[in-house]
Amino acid sequence: MAKGSIVAGCLAPHPPHLVYAENPEQNEPVSEGGWEQLRWGYERLRESLKNIDYDVIVVLSPHWQTYVGTHFIGVEKCTSKSVDPVFPNLFRFNYDLNIDVELARAIHDQAESQGMAVKMMENPDFRVDYGTIVSCHMVRPEWDKPIVSISSNRSLSYYSVEVMQEMMLELGRSTAKAIEESGKKCLLLASNSLSHRHFVTETNPPEDMSKEHIASHAMHLWDMRMIEMMRQGKSQQLIDEMPEFCEQAIAEADGGALTWLLSALDVPEQPAILHGYGTIIGTGNAIMEWPCHSWEE
Amino acid sequence: MSGEVIKSLIVPAHPHPVLCPEKNEGWQRIRDAYDEARRQIEESDADLIIIYSTLWPSVIGHQIQADPNPKWVMVDADFHDLGSIHYSLRIDSDFSHAWNKANLARGLESRTVAYEGFPVDVGSVVALELLNPNNRIPAVICSTNVYSNRAETTVLAKACQDVIKAQGKKVVAVSVMSLSNRMFTEPIEPHEDRIHSLKDDEWNQKILEFLSEGRLEDIGQLSRTIHDQIRVKKVVAFKPMWWLSAMNGNRNDLTGKVLAYEPIHGAGAAVVVLDPESNGTGDKEYDEDDVDFYGGDRNVLDSGEDDSSPSTNSGPKLYDPVEGKNTVNTNKAPKPVGAYPHARREGDLLYLSGVGPRQPGDNSIPGGPIKDSNGNPLDYDIKAQTKAVVNNIARILEEAGSSLDKVIDVTSFLVDMDRDFSGYNEVWAETLGKVGPTRTTLAIRALPTPIAVEMKVIAKV
Repeated sequence: MAKGSIVAGCLAPHPPHLVYAENPEQNEPVSEGGWEQLRWGYERLRESLKNIDYDVIVVLSPHWQTYVGTHFIGVEKCTSKSVDPVFPNLFRFNYDLNIDVELARAIHDQAESQGMAVKMMENPDFRVDYGTIVSCHMVRPEWDKPIVSISSNRSLSYYSVEVMQEMMLELGRSTAKAIEESGKKCLLLASNSLSHRHFVTETNPPEDMSKEHIASHAMHLWDMRMIEMMRQGKSQQLIDEMPEFCEQAIAEADGGALTWLLSALDVPEQPAILHGYGTIIGTGNAIMEWPCHSWEE
Repeated sequence: MSGEVIKSLIVPAHPHPVLCPEKNEGWQRIRDAYDEARRQIEESDADLIIIYSTLWPSVIGHQIQADPNPKWVMVDADFHDLGSIHYSLRIDSDFSHAWNKANLARGLESRTVAYEGFPVDVGSVVALELLNPNNRIPAVICSTNVYSNRAETTVLAKACQDVIKAQGKKVVAVSVMSLSNRMFTEPIEPHEDRIHSLKDDEWNQKILEFLSEGRLEDIGQLSRTIHDQIRVKKVVAFKPMWWLSAMNGNRNDLTGKVLAYEPIHGAGAAVVVLDPESNGTGDKEYDEDDVDFYGGDRNVLDSGEDDSSPSTNSGPKLYDPVEGKNTVNTNKAPKPVGAYPHARREGDLLYLSGVGPRQPGDNSIPGGPIKDSNGNPLDYDIKAQTKAVVNNIARILEEAGSSLDKVIDVTSFLVDMDRDFSGYNEVWAETLGKVGPTRTTLAIRALPTPIAVEMKVIAKV
């Protein structure tokens, strides 16, 4: 069996506003558009991935929050409706997706062998979190690839950013090893925004772009700094600065997804491609791609 | 029609008491306590349950569930292996919309939600499943805003009170929350469960001691400290005590009872019942701005041996009530300021000495004294004082084997008729006014202690 591989890793933020703005048939609400910079960024990402062959999407979302270890969905078919508890007016999405339970268990087992607390989620009534759904939909709206859904262990809440990173670095290494041993080609998604200070009011309509901007100048500076590090392949520096970033930018990377991704990509020194940046209710969002498939060529 | 909070509850959010109480004796005791709380609600005349859930975070202000019948299947993010909870809830959507309007009127960001498939949070599902299993009483569920501070959370409760009064609801207010919320970060066997650390346990015990003494506002004012000491920094701070205290008028003299305290996967889970009946104590030593029932100087550093200490600013020397034939005295009423009993029985009638709002024990004055020790006027709350008077009357009557509903005549004394009659009259209407005794209200120049109202009562035994 050929070795499995990661064909690309992406920073793929999950604001439900993006799905809302595109009015896919699965989502009930309707809009007049909005957040085009980001939606067109996702369009560029999809175009970039169009000719890449892969079997599975592996996604880590901060909106499946677990405190007792890291969890993996272990149910092959997930069909239900996802309603965002924070923005239910924007996101009521009927989903019907397939889980690659075999790969999920392989990553689970590998992480467990490295001493991590892990658990398979095998309850058929479980609802997939909206972060996972938004990121996967924006990257692959055809929904024709199975996914591996990984929870966000909130070790930062219990300990520190440093402990979170140690765990996510290990989870990333375990993910890469399990993928390699699986023989599958995988696309990895870190489903998180960058700076994460929300506005506490909503415009009417929500897609009124005349009101959309970054929450503060400090948030903008942090976002640009992180993006620039990604663009220059300074992954290790990014990991090193993550504690300050999480604290000062209230960054959603505190959920571990970005650290996990960089670790799975072996802390790449190759530059990432910026497909788009924009703000959503004040939070900073970047769509980035590390095109691993091209690095060996 | 008079709406009010008739009972308050603090209950845990974890699904274990619903899905697997039999696996751990402590989880079973939490379940039993939940069942006892349910029985108390069923025996009351409650017609609405209001849930403030820390497990439903919101960003755009507060969100209030307004779907008349939200239903789905709830699976816990962590404890999915314990099973699923199928829920079908009965929501008082009229109240939800009214609360939302009241929030907006008080300057809050707020909205209702009513969407098929909305994921009602695990805490609300667990609480309603156990407290109201057959939807006998409609419910309302409100989110916890991740950014709200104490003031905002207090105003949220005051807006809720506006609607409770306007609609005449008898409300059970429920905060769904853990005490210490640090769980074990790895799976454990049920028999291995314990409070995560000694420090968490000690703080939990202290919180429960306060609550069992009815000191809810003190816990509210300790919330930031509690959050720092024993709360993992998840999405929301230790806010529910702010909300629950404000729902109870920021009082410290509730009647509290801890029905159970146990660990659930390391976190502190407790079922606590707080009833609005005064337990006879006054405010304690903590204070923050915007406290409705500020009691003046709390005498924190005093030894407390001399109740007539000037620092209490509660007036002249106090006496033990005179004992004699047919006298009725109780240590649940404030000490007299002269040589007389609390009451005297003649035949089947009780004659009470003039009763003011001073509190037994610490002699504090709910609503604050009307002047300081130098005679400078102070702002005070006539409604709080009047409520305290009625509570003191009730305690004396109870000691004599009587009760408020046997009061037949009242003479009231106000030191400032123009300022206070309206507020006094409002409380009267909510209390003795419902009984219907004859009443005479007089304006007088002063009373012996720095209080604004006193009542002279005749009642049947």
